[in-house]
Amino acid sequence: MKNKDTAYYIHGVNGPVIDVRGGTGLSMLDMVRVGELRLPGEVVSVSKSGATVQVYEDTSGLCHGQPVYPALAPLSIDLGPGLLGNIFDGIARPLKKIEESSGVFITRGIDIPTLDPGKLWDVTVNIKEGDFVGEGTVFAECEETQAVRHRALVPPGVSGVALSVKPSGKYATSDVIATLRLKNGSEHQLTLSHKWPIRVPRPVNERLPISRPMITGQRVIDTLFPVGRGGCAAIPGPFGAGKTMVQHQLAKWADADIIVYLGCGERGNEMTQVLEEFSELTDPKTGRPLMERTILIANTSNMPVAAREASIYTGVTIAEYYRDMGYHVALMADSTSRWAEALREISGRLEEMPAEEAFPAYLPSRLAEFYERAGLMKTLSGSEGSITIIGAVSPQGGDFSEPVTQNTKRFARCFWALDRSLAYARHFPAINWNGSYSEYFIDLAPWYDAELGSDFTAKRQRIINILHEESALQEIVKLIGSDILPDDQKLTIETARLIKTGFLQQNAFHKTDTYMPLPVQYDMMELILRLFDGAKTLTEKKIPLSLLRDTGVFAELMKMKFDLGEGAGKDRKYFEELIDSAVAKVLTENE
Amino acid sequence: MRIEYTGTSELSGSLMVIDGVLGVGYDELAEITLRGGGRRQGRVIAVDGSRAVIQVFEGTRGISLENSRTHFTGAPLKLALSTEILGRVFDGVGRPADGLGEIFPKERRDINGSVINPVSRKYPRECIYTGISAIDATATLIRGQKLPVFSGAGMKHNELAAQMVRQAKIGDGSNFAIVFAAMGVKNDVADFFRKSFEDAGAIGRVVMFLNLASDPIIERIITPRCALTAAEYLAFTHGYHVLVIMTDMSSYCEALREFSSSKGEIPSRKGFPSYMYSDLASIYERAGQIHGKKGSVTQVPILTMPNDDISHPIPDLTGYITEGQIVLSREMELAGIYPPISILSSLSRLMKDGIGEGFTREDHAELSNQLFASYSKVQDARSLASVIGEDELSPTDKKYIEFGRRLENAYIRQDINENRTITQTLDMAWDILSLLPREELDRVGERLLDKYYRT
Repeated sequence: MKNKDTAYYIHGVNGPVIDVRGGTGLSMLDMVRVGELRLPGEVVSVSKSGATVQVYEDTSGLCHGQPVYPALAPLSIDLGPGLLGNIFDGIARPLKKIEESSGVFITRGIDIPTLDPGKLWDVTVNIKEGDFVGEGTVFAECEETQAVRHRALVPPGVSGVALSVKPSGKYATSDVIATLRLKNGSEHQLTLSHKWPIRVPRPVNERLPISRPMITGQRVIDTLFPVGRGGCAAIPGPFGAGKTMVQHQLAKWADADIIVYLGCGERGNEMTQVLEEFSELTDPKTGRPLMERTILIANTSNMPVAAREASIYTGVTIAEYYRDMGYHVALMADSTSRWAEALREISGRLEEMPAEEAFPAYLPSRLAEFYERAGLMKTLSGSEGSITIIGAVSPQGGDFSEPVTQNTKRFARCFWALDRSLAYARHFPAINWNGSYSEYFIDLAPWYDAELGSDFTAKRQRIINILHEESALQEIVKLIGSDILPDDQKLTIETARLIKTGFLQQNAFHKTDTYMPLPVQYDMMELILRLFDGAKTLTEKKIPLSLLRDTGVFAELMKMKFDLGEGAGKDRKYFEELIDSAVAKVLTENE
Repeated sequence: MRIEYTGTSELSGSLMVIDGVLGVGYDELAEITLRGGGRRQGRVIAVDGSRAVIQVFEGTRGISLENSRTHFTGAPLKLALSTEILGRVFDGVGRPADGLGEIFPKERRDINGSVINPVSRKYPRECIYTGISAIDATATLIRGQKLPVFSGAGMKHNELAAQMVRQAKIGDGSNFAIVFAAMGVKNDVADFFRKSFEDAGAIGRVVMFLNLASDPIIERIITPRCALTAAEYLAFTHGYHVLVIMTDMSSYCEALREFSSSKGEIPSRKGFPSYMYSDLASIYERAGQIHGKKGSVTQVPILTMPNDDISHPIPDLTGYITEGQIVLSREMELAGIYPPISILSSLSRLMKDGIGEGFTREDHAELSNQLFASYSKVQDARSLASVIGEDELSPTDKKYIEFGRRLENAYIRQDINENRTITQTLDMAWDILSLLPREELDRVGERLLDKYYRT
């Protein structure tokens, strides 16, 4: 059964892992095509007798002796116009095109290019003959979607003098637009697209310090635990706690130019939902459907596990490509635990020595490599671009001490801990204020104080203090009830309740509450503290808190999130007067 | 030419090793004939050079190194399908078990199925009323959803599933079918379901795949895949709305563990194999609706949580894959409440898009949020009452205690044959919520409060 085109053949099959014999010419992490169906795979270990390959598709039916075709290149994807608005599988094959060719069920061995080779783009060429073009230069541009302009880049590692340049016009992604003469005398042809190996980070000029937050319109995130633009955040939570909801909200509202949404080992229906919903929702900045700035990568939980391992690299490589154009990119990875489990599954099949909970010992270093690809960067062409990574973590049994959560904590500086009991009470987003943190806030504080008012940081700290005090008081309340507490402690409890229900809780399905601009968040925070201070003057004069509560001012502030903001009817001044008059009324009646 | 290999070179547990085979594919079906005349089936689970490892479904008892002849069929296990399967009973690997003979197949399908392209999926939005308040209002079942029941040994999950089958309007009229897969359950459980399908007058629309507690565990790994292949065939080839009931997924997972350890694989949590998530996903993800196809596959898998522990790997991994869960509570079971559904930990992820104006009723979404929020406060009030006594509670807390009592005893509790309409359920919820002071209801807008809050 030897094949005359290739010396390599299958020796053994064990799930997605294949033992290849027949030669020693394969290199680590090279692509191969396996069997008659030419299933894509990647070399994961090499020895004198042969090589081990992980296959990105179901291996049913593969036999001993079937041919293996080496590609002699690492696993790479095509980067170019046509990525936006599309949905790809874990190794960047377009799912819409797959549907056209194989119907509603995905069949094996489909080889469809990432980018549509037939589509013509209206290209404006930026360089002329004789120009020296360096790596990362934007040599041409085209309108990828109505929301985003695609900037075609000279690939990293390539620079030279333009020998010939085509005029602006309509070109396909593989048409040659310019020819460069490189330093070593050889020629390089520039096309709209180029290939990049997914496991290699794309080079940049330098890493810049993080100085501003990624605004998400979610109060608990923006005000309490912000993530820096170019930072990393982790969302761990048991099932049903709302990880995916938070990811969807961020994908909808984050002030990024490009969203890469990576469904890694998650539900098929969730990807369908993102696809449907994002095609209907419009981006407030551009007025175009959100899908026009979004790229979806779907490896649902029943898709091949080896492709799941590759999918996060595919996602982050695409994100880096748009970052290099000078865009701010947000990458939502839902969920990194599934990726870690794919790593574990393949490691088990390779019979590697297991470490904690059977995860391979290299889990922390792989996680670190992934999160380090985020950052605010000066690109090769000198512009500024960033990748912010939001990684969901699905800890087994909701136990945050498991290896994936613990290692993610070391590399992501922002931690939004989701809490099952909050989710049970339908407090969404169920981000627990006591278990979450953001190390970025110190870096971002100057930005907040400059943009929103010099006392933002101080006010935020007061809110956090009230919440902490309350959680300590709750220990007592659990034992003796809240009626017996002195009035100033009752006030802390009442205010914390207001903060929790009126401020931290946010309704993703409400027309205006789903996104709240930062200045309004600041107003709300200030109003809550104004009420707290006003009530404090009463309790200091030994006037019972219940009298103030009876005026209904707490209840009204509880619902102010629906009344504030653009076109919602009431403004900050209305509530200020409401608070002041309620406090004054109780004060005059009882002095 | 039919090639048969005589004898084996190694036997261990349910595994059989044959050397010197050529051209045998991974996952291929093998037919084994014993000298005494017995026939068995197996599946190739590893190929290593000219050595093939076969997992024998019926077990290796009675096989020696010499007394068997093995034939490789050249294809994975396929299920024979036609609409004749309706009303029939099959064993765990899809062979007729009701003595009515083979079915005449229109086609044969690989039981592993294929992945539905996410682009082709239709996002499910139509709800299925089950007539059970604790499900319809707060964990609404949607057509094409996978919504498991998390139960414990001895709780009334079978009765609940049977009531759902009896009352649920799965299709609109004649186009519904039920596929029932039993994995490692006792014969009387299978009988209970058969009888309740008969009572519902639906036995002619049921396809049963039975792997009972005494049947080989290796077959158990095949059973849900056969059932789902049949369900997909009925749904996407013939336009049926199919409800798939699979019980008990815990037995399935244990079979998977037993099989994995017999292969000598590195175990992960509690000895379960590290690929259990992917394996369960390959079952649960075979639910849904597809653009351009009339039918749908809705799954209600039942699992018993070992020691009632929801963080055990079986319910845990299931919960990460399925679109919600219905959790039964031992406490309510002991209090004699049927159905013993713990509404706080139950969840339907798809309900948000299938309820409200135009689907059920305008107040449904906010009402269910309010029920969750208020009921979770009942728990706080109760734990306080257990310390300081109910008499010492504040008046509001006392109202919460009363609210909780009524909710459990009037609203959640219902008769095993009681079929409530969605309007009855929602109105009943408002009656009970109105026991609380109006200002405590902070999840409902003023307009709806004006309309529905009872003074």
